Amino acid sequence: MGKLKHVLAATLALSLAGPAIAAADDIKMGALATLEGAFTVLGEDGMRGVKLALQEFDYTAGGKKIELVTGSSDASPDSAVRAVRKLVEQDGVQIVIGPLSGSEGLAVKDYAKTQPNVTFLNGSSAAQDTTLRSPAENFFRFSTEGAQWMAGLGEYAYNEKGYRKVAVLAEDYSFPYTQVFGFLEPFCRLGGKSPIDARFWVPIGNKDYSSVIAALPDDVDAIFVALGGADAVNFLTQYEQSGGDLPLIGGSITVDQSVLGSKGKARSFVVGTPSAGPVSDTWDDPRWKEFVAAYKKAFPDGFPSPSLFAHAYYINSKAALLALNEVNGDLSDGEKKFREALSNLSFETPTGMVSVDERRNAIADIFLTEVIEGPDGNLMNKTIKVIPQVNQTLGVSYDKFLEYGQVGRENPSCS
Amino acid sequence: MRNFIERHTFWAIVLLLVVVLFLWMIFAVWPDWLVEAFGRKKTFVNTLLNGVTLGGLYFLVASGFTLIFGLMRNVNLAHGSMYLLGAYIGYEVADRTGNWFLGLAVAFLAVAISGVLLQVLIFRRMANDDLRQTLVTIGISIIAADAMLAIWTGTTYQFSPPDWLFGAADLPIISVIKSSGAAVYIKYPVFRLVVLAIAVAVGIGLWIFLNRTRIGMMIRAGVNDREMLAATGVNVQLVFVLVFAIGAGLAGFAGVIGGTALSVAPGEDIRYLLASLVVVIVGGLGSITGAAVGALIIGLAEQFGLAYFPTYGVVLTFLIMVVVLAVRPQGLMGGRG
Amino acid sequence: MDSRRLFSGSFSLKNIHPSVLITAVFLVAYPSFATDFFIFQIGAYSLILGTIALSLMMLAGYGGMVSLAQLTVAGLAAYLMAILGDNSMGVMGLGWPWWLTVIVSVLGAALFSTFIGAVSVRTEGIYTIMITLAVAVAFFYFVRQNYVLFNGFTGFAGVEPPTLFGVYWRDPVPFYYLSLVVAVGFFAAVSYCARSTFGLGLQAIRDNPRRMRALGYNVTLHRIVAYFFSGIVAGVGGVLLVWFNGRVSPGTVGVDVAIDILVIAVVGGMRHPIGPFLGAIAFVLLENFAIDLIDRERFNMVIGAAFLLVVLFSPDGLLGLWNRVRDRLRFRGNAQLSAERVNKDDPASSGSLEKS
Repeated sequence: MGKLKHVLAATLALSLAGPAIAAADDIKMGALATLEGAFTVLGEDGMRGVKLALQEFDYTAGGKKIELVTGSSDASPDSAVRAVRKLVEQDGVQIVIGPLSGSEGLAVKDYAKTQPNVTFLNGSSAAQDTTLRSPAENFFRFSTEGAQWMAGLGEYAYNEKGYRKVAVLAEDYSFPYTQVFGFLEPFCRLGGKSPIDARFWVPIGNKDYSSVIAALPDDVDAIFVALGGADAVNFLTQYEQSGGDLPLIGGSITVDQSVLGSKGKARSFVVGTPSAGPVSDTWDDPRWKEFVAAYKKAFPDGFPSPSLFAHAYYINSKAALLALNEVNGDLSDGEKKFREALSNLSFETPTGMVSVDERRNAIADIFLTEVIEGPDGNLMNKTIKVIPQVNQTLGVSYDKFLEYGQVGRENPSCS
Repeated sequence: MRNFIERHTFWAIVLLLVVVLFLWMIFAVWPDWLVEAFGRKKTFVNTLLNGVTLGGLYFLVASGFTLIFGLMRNVNLAHGSMYLLGAYIGYEVADRTGNWFLGLAVAFLAVAISGVLLQVLIFRRMANDDLRQTLVTIGISIIAADAMLAIWTGTTYQFSPPDWLFGAADLPIISVIKSSGAAVYIKYPVFRLVVLAIAVAVGIGLWIFLNRTRIGMMIRAGVNDREMLAATGVNVQLVFVLVFAIGAGLAGFAGVIGGTALSVAPGEDIRYLLASLVVVIVGGLGSITGAAVGALIIGLAEQFGLAYFPTYGVVLTFLIMVVVLAVRPQGLMGGRG
Repeated sequence: MDSRRLFSGSFSLKNIHPSVLITAVFLVAYPSFATDFFIFQIGAYSLILGTIALSLMMLAGYGGMVSLAQLTVAGLAAYLMAILGDNSMGVMGLGWPWWLTVIVSVLGAALFSTFIGAVSVRTEGIYTIMITLAVAVAFFYFVRQNYVLFNGFTGFAGVEPPTLFGVYWRDPVPFYYLSLVVAVGFFAAVSYCARSTFGLGLQAIRDNPRRMRALGYNVTLHRIVAYFFSGIVAGVGGVLLVWFNGRVSPGTVGVDVAIDILVIAVVGGMRHPIGPFLGAIAFVLLENFAIDLIDRERFNMVIGAAFLLVVLFSPDGLLGLWNRVRDRLRFRGNAQLSAERVNKDDPASSGSLEKS
């Protein structure tokens, strides 16, 4: 029992410390990302985005110094809430930036509702319902979400590529559902088909796609593939190995730089695969180029080009700092003025103008890209077109959009 | 074999019929009603082949696990980490030298050495303490997973095997006959067939090693009665080290094979540990034949589950495990209860 | 077996050590000086994790059966709470009254635990750890994949305790006391149970199953009943866990978390029911404050190393370590006495965990 006394004494000492009170003029900002587990690399890049924004403002906004406190989750919603609770209740941060992934985002939104005096800005999480259904008054998302990312891709596949019937291969959880929805909704409205029995939902983390590849139908024009990371790499290799010859259409993270540049065989057959997303590595625009240059200068050991995680964290952090400047660092009265400033904010980002709608979700530009073979033989994404100012309801009214229903395996039915 | 037919005539006939039916389903051109019931033949045959080849991979991983347990009663829950370590080391070597086979050999050796170190430095000190050994392997696997994440990050790695191993081959199996009368043959990735061939070769090699060599006989004697083997003057510790080296080395070897067939990424350690566990629980802990049978069953169950009812694939695997435990707690081929 | 004699243990107030009283006063008074964060996320969460780890300590320490599926059992109870009660996801949520939901969830968890026990105890002891690990992993994959019942990858949110007697039980202070009552209740029950006929029988089976079988004990049944009781402890822990998080998703029952429970029990010490709680406090403090001290990135390395060191050098965990240190201080040079001292301190465990 004696041991207990010591442990308890230690706890006692810690308990009495209470939330560290910041110097009166400082503003405490918490940033939450996955700094442990398999997504560590992505979380670190998200943190680079936060730091990049802070460096741009010299860690000062609205005349006050900004103190950054970091929190880490392992990508599970439980750990995200525990980490954000520590930031808010123990470290006493007034603004939270984060989290990284969709299910974490939903959990943090729920937590935000219990902390009305703290303002939350999204990191890079991209689940639809974080802002679409029962949003939190104090949760802002200046980055776009999974369905928005697909803007223009359905039209492009139907009109330019001439596809009429597509099969779907995607991981079996909410983010790919959202992407499939964002792609099929316009594609089917134009008259395209994607029968329910030609949609294949594989468990996330599945490595062996050969049986699924064998089950893919022959009578379709293309396959829409929404897989990410290792799953995408595995599928592409195995598809090539088994002699597959149908053209592909990619989700936002299916043919991104991390997949194209993964260690191993070159995958020349993906040349010509269209895709869409919130960033495009090769966008020939001074704003983007400047951003990439700043990123490279600040983080020589980072990625060759900022990932969409760094980009999203950067934009959300920058929004917070700009709004702080506008209200001169006034966070009194439950941060009321600060939130008003955020709601009315419209600013220039490396990827175009960004503002938020009435549910505090971003309206921003989306990039339509296609995989090409670069001059040195490397595969890269070429920007085909910029879809300007895409909103969360994809151009229709909020009520009409809700009628489409929750994203899922069979939405839209499209047969 | 003859014994089996005499004793279980009924089951022998059933088994024969099932085999004949499968062969017919593989080689015949499917009539329409069969396509109606099972979907296209291409899907069925491919899934069957995938199941068998995945079973081959599982056998490679699980054989080392079961070998170590059989002799030392050591449930090595770091076996998955050894698989992943082998894959990473093999990748580094293959990438730098450009020689895939060299990667394979170095992975086997390096992981075998790590196994020897574990046996000499840790497990020898806690012999006859099964549970503590197992807890130690859990600790090692936590640390190893994090260390590998630190070194190789979360990136996905894929091997570049020689070109003749990569690509698809036409199998002499007709998929469908087109209206024009031309037969369409089934295409299948060459490397997966190579995996199966390697697994069969390793299986036969292990069998010969265990049954036809002096050391193999010592090992089998040790499996039956460790104390008695020691009493006959054999240096049991040396035999232990050798078996640990082979078992661990097989895990590393399987890492390169599996990493080439699929890919290498964090989390694979748990996946292959689970596969090994289920395979040996079903097949019987400590039995090489059991590992082969278990690997085949689990590989087929997983692939048919994925192709025909993806959501419940895991449950199928798990159900097989529970049924086997309920009917034969020692596993299908397990000798001891 | 005569059911009346099953739990006829002896328990006397005279045995209570002064440090127990101090601890009790501290635990009760804790919310009066700690902040909400410390009451809820450190205090209550440690008690919940400790309760779940206690269910493992019971099986492993007294029965020699190391089950990695205790978190899975707790997780099933958590899921049942969301499925049978209310949640905000629009999937399942049958809306049963809270007391019925709690009872059915805990019983469901206990039955699941019994089932795991029935499957694993028929085999050799070392099989247990493998089978329970396989069960834990399979359950994780299944809930992640099943949308009809478990709402797959997303899981459930909006699971809350009822407002009862005008108190919202998820507020830090009420929730802390709720967790404390549960933890202390099970702590006392397990301590009592260890001295009962049933508990002594279980320990005897751990040390020598063959002899116990010869004495006429139904060894298998005895072990399965132990699984049932540990299932109740874990199930209640799971109910508290879902109320604490307000949500349950596959990540809640992941393999890494299941192993964390083992780490907590082993690091705390498996010879006395206080061990799991010590382990839980250490773990929760580390989990929350490691990021302020070290690079969070290598958190798992720290946890793994602590676990490995304990298994290698102090098989009885922090508790054993403390006992050893204290004995060395008090009875320096007198090995005989110190050995006696250790035994007197832990009347519950006549043999060590490793003897199984």
